[in-house]
Amino acid sequence: MGRQRVKFTFEGELVKEPIIYMLGRDFHLVTNIRRADVGESIGWVVLELDGEKEEIERGLQWVSSTGVRVDPVSGDVVQG
Amino acid sequence: MAFVSGLRCRECSREYPAEALNVCDFCFGPLEVVYDYATIAEVVSRDRIAAGPLSIWRYQDLLPASGEDPVDIMAGYTPLLKAKNLGKRLGLNNLYVKNDSVNPSYSFKDRVVSVAATKALEFGFETIACASTGNLACSVAAHAARAGMRSVVFIPSDLERGKVIGAAVYGPTMVAVDGTYDEVNRLCSEVGDNYPWAFVNINMRPYYAEGSKTLGYEVAEQLGWRIPDHVVIPSASGAMFTKIWKGFNELACLGLLEGVPPLTFGADQNTVHHPAITTRMHMTQAEGCAPIVNAWAAGQSQVRPVRPDSIAKSLAIGNPADGIYALRVIKESGGSAYAVPESEVVAGIKLLAETEGIFTETAGGVTVSGLKHLAESGAIGPDQLTVAYITGNGLKTQEAVEDVVNPLTVKPTMSSFEEALEGRVGIRS
Ligand SMILES: Cc1ncc(COP(=O)(O)O)c(C=O)c1O
Ligand SMILES: [Zn+2]
Repeated sequence: MGRQRVKFTFEGELVKEPIIYMLGRDFHLVTNIRRADVGESIGWVVLELDGEKEEIERGLQWVSSTGVRVDPVSGDVVQG
Repeated sequence: MAFVSGLRCRECSREYPAEALNVCDFCFGPLEVVYDYATIAEVVSRDRIAAGPLSIWRYQDLLPASGEDPVDIMAGYTPLLKAKNLGKRLGLNNLYVKNDSVNPSYSFKDRVVSVAATKALEFGFETIACASTGNLACSVAAHAARAGMRSVVFIPSDLERGKVIGAAVYGPTMVAVDGTYDEVNRLCSEVGDNYPWAFVNINMRPYYAEGSKTLGYEVAEQLGWRIPDHVVIPSASGAMFTKIWKGFNELACLGLLEGVPPLTFGADQNTVHHPAITTRMHMTQAEGCAPIVNAWAAGQSQVRPVRPDSIAKSLAIGNPADGIYALRVIKESGGSAYAVPESEVVAGIKLLAETEGIFTETAGGVTVSGLKHLAESGAIGPDQLTVAYITGNGLKTQEAVEDVVNPLTVKPTMSSFEEALEGRVGIRS
């Protein structure tokens, strides 16, 4: 089993997509939302994913492929 | 001794002990240091600071690590000089340059890393690590050498030579990651979660970031315990920007500024704003990576991450951790944010070099070109006290200005020399 904390950023029409529901349905991940701010044209959700390691990986790849940005929860780790 | 009472989540205010933690377990928000300001107020004074070491540790009462035996390669206490020539060019009569390019490893990062390394030793870590586009790697490796710690630095494989060598010379384990920016980021985040290392901008981050406050303290001290009307700052994560503001406000609240009465800090120490702090905070980023400036320009309180593509590699952070907090500081201070066109970064480097004799890296080029824009647009008045922060050294990004090399090539004879000189106008006498 694995666990990962991620931030999704949605833009435009993607704001209306049931991305998190699909992660549960198609990848059998338990999603635990901790913080979110969703506006009309941009929104983000900070959440924890629980499930099989490979499914988390596959699930996140799928999320990225929809156009949603996937990032570490506290911003970029790389610094100047 | 450090006057730290714990850590506190910036988003939900939950409190944590002062350990090697950076994220709130509950809401995943960032943790910040909480100080015992009541005790600090009893101890700290201008005289005590003036009697301290000629490094950031003169402000040890306001830092989150013990100043008794810090990892100190003498970061800070850098020159603040009146920039008469540059000021004249820009129509600013009261312009100063904070020259932080002369730190021991040649960037302001020595301030943050000195605090992080000291804290890492306090916590008992043996290895200190970072992921960096250069300056941070140099500083981490240098401080680890001084502290007798191991260091591991991750860098993108396409980094400028000056930065690679400037870090490697101190003997770190250097990992050059061959991948896109996002891939480097993902790998380092995973390493951070899986190794028992003091990762300066992950588990050490709350302590590390506080080191930048000294850029505010020092400027105020050097101005005779006054604050500027305007500051111009280059941003990547936005952390330094927020901490300079915090530094000014702490000095005010503690009664250390000339003619300013002290004030209590209130519950949220990170958003305290003393009414006497009227400095306008101006942020500059390069156009090829300006997520915070873009958000400001669009009037958004959220920052839309970007894929960096900029000559200013030290500022090329696509998803800035402190972006939203920096936006609040711009707003609160009545400041602004400006994206410098990529083509003007080098012009900024040259302008500073030719007017003030200071050779800065691309981040400094961004600051100077941003300053020029602020002066030309009238955002800064001719007599207003202005400080431009020059945070890194030009010797690290020499590639950017290679075209300046254009010597008179002569044979070793007087006639050859004079002939060549003749060919160049204006240097005859
Ligand atoms: C020279 C220089 N200036 C400015 C910055 C920006 O600092 P921050 O990430 O705190 O915004 C960096 C590094 O990130 C840097 O290396
Ligand atoms: Zn929290």
